[in-house]
Amino acid sequence: MITFMNNSDSEEEPCNERTSLMSAESPPVPSYQDGLQASEAGEAQAHRKRRAGNSRGPNITGGETSGSGVPVRESALENEEEELTLKYGAKHVIMLFVPVTLCMIVVVATIKSVRFYTEKNGQLIYTPFSEDTPSVGQRLLNSVLNTIVMISVIIVMTVFLVLLYKYRCYKFIHGWLILSSLMLLFLFTYIYLGEVLKTYNVAMDYPTLFIVIWNFGAVGMICIHWKGPLQLQQAYLIMISALMALVFIKYLPEWSAWVILGAISIYDLMAVLCPKGPLRMLVETAQERNEPIFPALIYSSAMMWTVGMAKPDTAARGPSQQAWDAAEDGREHLRSPLHAESQMSETRSPVPTRPVTSLEELEEEERGVKLGLGDFIFYSVLVGKAAATASGDWNTTLACFVAILIGLCLTLLLLAVFKKALPALPISITFGLIFYFSTDNLVRPFMDTLASHQLYI
Amino acid sequence: PAFGLFIFTIARDPLRIIILIAGAFFWLVSLLLSSLIWFIAVKASDPQDERLQKGLLIFGVMFSVLLQEAFRFLYYKLLRKAIEGLVALSEDGCSPISIQQMAYVAGVGFGLMSGAFSMINLLADALGPGTVGIHGDSQLYFLTSAFMTMVLIFLHTFWGILFFHGCEHRRWWEITAVVIMHLTVSGLSFCNPLYVGSLVPSYLLMAAAAAWAYLLSGGSVQNLRRFLLCKC
Repeated sequence: MITFMNNSDSEEEPCNERTSLMSAESPPVPSYQDGLQASEAGEAQAHRKRRAGNSRGPNITGGETSGSGVPVRESALENEEEELTLKYGAKHVIMLFVPVTLCMIVVVATIKSVRFYTEKNGQLIYTPFSEDTPSVGQRLLNSVLNTIVMISVIIVMTVFLVLLYKYRCYKFIHGWLILSSLMLLFLFTYIYLGEVLKTYNVAMDYPTLFIVIWNFGAVGMICIHWKGPLQLQQAYLIMISALMALVFIKYLPEWSAWVILGAISIYDLMAVLCPKGPLRMLVETAQERNEPIFPALIYSSAMMWTVGMAKPDTAARGPSQQAWDAAEDGREHLRSPLHAESQMSETRSPVPTRPVTSLEELEEEERGVKLGLGDFIFYSVLVGKAAATASGDWNTTLACFVAILIGLCLTLLLLAVFKKALPALPISITFGLIFYFSTDNLVRPFMDTLASHQLYI
Repeated sequence: PAFGLFIFTIARDPLRIIILIAGAFFWLVSLLLSSLIWFIAVKASDPQDERLQKGLLIFGVMFSVLLQEAFRFLYYKLLRKAIEGLVALSEDGCSPISIQQMAYVAGVGFGLMSGAFSMINLLADALGPGTVGIHGDSQLYFLTSAFMTMVLIFLHTFWGILFFHGCEHRRWWEITAVVIMHLTVSGLSFCNPLYVGSLVPSYLLMAAAAAWAYLLSGGSVQNLRRFLLCKC
C-alpha cells in the first residue's frame, strides 16, 4: 500500500515545487493517511491554504498533474486539517521511483549474472504441486492449486497478525519481526554472498565471511528496528526486498509465479479496500489506538521521528504507520518461504504510505511517501522473472520496468485523489503482466526481424 | 550522448523524470500495437513467400511510424491538460514547467525508449564472442547501429519539439513535416546495408531538424555566437 506523507515544507518552495500530488489535509482517510494526516494536519495547518484535489483522472503524468487537477475544497477553511494542502509533487513520486528502480536493478543484475537463481532446485512447501507434468491442462491446474495454497497461507497469516495486534500481543509481534529479519539478514545474505563469490570465482575464507556477514547483519538489525541514518535504513530495506524477491524467483515454479502475481494483486485490492479486509482493519485499529506501526515493514522516504515525540500529532502519526507495518509483516510472513521470515517483505500490500513527520522542533514536517516492502518485492519478482525467463531478454525487462513505474505513478495519482491507503500492487502488476506477455510474444519477433534487416522505426 | 542529455537536463527536476517515463511508456504502447498488427498480418499470410514477408515488413514499419506519431499527438493532448492542472494548482498562477520543456522531455523519452529497444540486445550480444559479419554481412554492423540509434534518438527529441510547437500554434504543415521526416528516415534505413544511403541523409535531416527546433525555441544565430565566443 502506499500512504502519503504531507510535506509542509513545500510551501516555502518556489513555484516549481508546486505540483502536488495530494492535498496535505487529510480528512480522516482510512487507509494510509489517517494517522499521519491527523498529525500532519496539525502541523502543517498554518501553512496550507489550498487543498489540492485531483480532478484529473486521466492524467497519468505523475503526481504533478494529478495534483493540479484536484479541486480546491472550500470546507477546508474551518477544518485545520482540510486546509493542509499536500504538495506532493513529483518529488514524492521520484522518492519512490528511485528505491523501486534500485531494487529492480539489483535483482536483474543478480539474475543475469548468478546462475544459482535460475536453476530449479526444488520448491517451497507453500507450493506443493509440481509443474513438471506432461500435459498443459495438468500444469495449469497445478499452478492454480499452488496459488490457492499460497494465497490462503497469506490470508491466514495476515488474519493472525491482525488478531495479535487487536489483542495487543505486541511482544509477540515484535519477537516475530525480529526473528524474521534476523533470518533474512543473516541466512539469505550468506547464501547470496556465497553464490556471487562462486560466480566470480573469488575465494574468501570463512573468518572474513563471518566478520562481513556479522557486521552487515548487526548493523541491519539496528538500522531497521531501531534508529539509524535514513539512507542506511532505506538501503537495508532495499537489499532485503531484493533478497526476498530473488528467493521467490528461484523457488516458485514458472506458471505458478505468474498466477500468484495476478492473484496477489487481486487479494491486495480486496484486503485494502473492503471494509472487512484484514489490512484495513489493521490500519483502522492502529489509528484508533494512535500507535505507530512497526518500522520494519515499510519503506519510508522521509525521516521518522514519530516515536517519542511529544507532539500529539506526530504520535498520532506514528501508530498508523505501524499498523501498516504490522499488517504487512503478517503478509510478509506468509510469503516467506521459511517460517517466521521476512515479515518485512510481506508489507507490500497493506502498507499505506503514511506521512512521516520529522522532529517536532522542525517547523516543517518532512513528508514523504511510504510504500510497503511487499510491494517492492513483488515488483522485483515481476521484473526478475521477466529477465530470467523471457527470450526477448532486455527488451521485455525494460518494458516491464517502464510499465511498473507508470503503474506506480498512477497509483500515487489515485492516492492524491482518494487520500486513503491504497493497494500499490494491482495497477502496476497488471501493467507489468500485460507488457510482459505482449512484449514477449508480439514485440520480440517484430524487433528481431527489424534488427536482422537493420531497419529502424 | 542521449544519456548525457538525460543526466544534465532531466535528472534534476522530478517532474521531468515523470514526463520522460510517461513518454517512454507511450512509445512502448505504440510499438506494442504496431507489432500486434504486424504479427497478425504475418500469421495470416504465407510464411514461405519472401517478397510478401518483405512487403509486410515494410508495411509494418510504416504503420509503426504512423502509430508513433499518433501517440505523440495523444501525449501532447495529455500534457496540455496536465499543464492546465499544474497552473491551477500552483499558487501564483505560473506553471512549473513550460510546454516547450515538456516537448523536449517527451521527445527525449520517445527517443530513449526507441533507442533502448533498438540497441540493447545488440549491446548484450556484443559482450559475447567477436563474430560480427562472419556470414558475409557488413562488418560495420555494430558501429553503424550505434550511430543510427544515436541519430534516431536525437531526431525523436527534435521531432518532439517541432511537433508540439506545431500543435501549439496550429501549424499543420509542421506536423506533417515531422511525420514525413520520420517516414523518410525509416524508409532510408531500408537501404541498409548500403550504409551511405541511410546514415548520411539521416544525419543531414537531423541537422536540419536541430536547426529548426533551435530557431523555434527562441534561439538565433547571435545567441549561438555569443555562446561559442565569449560566454557573456
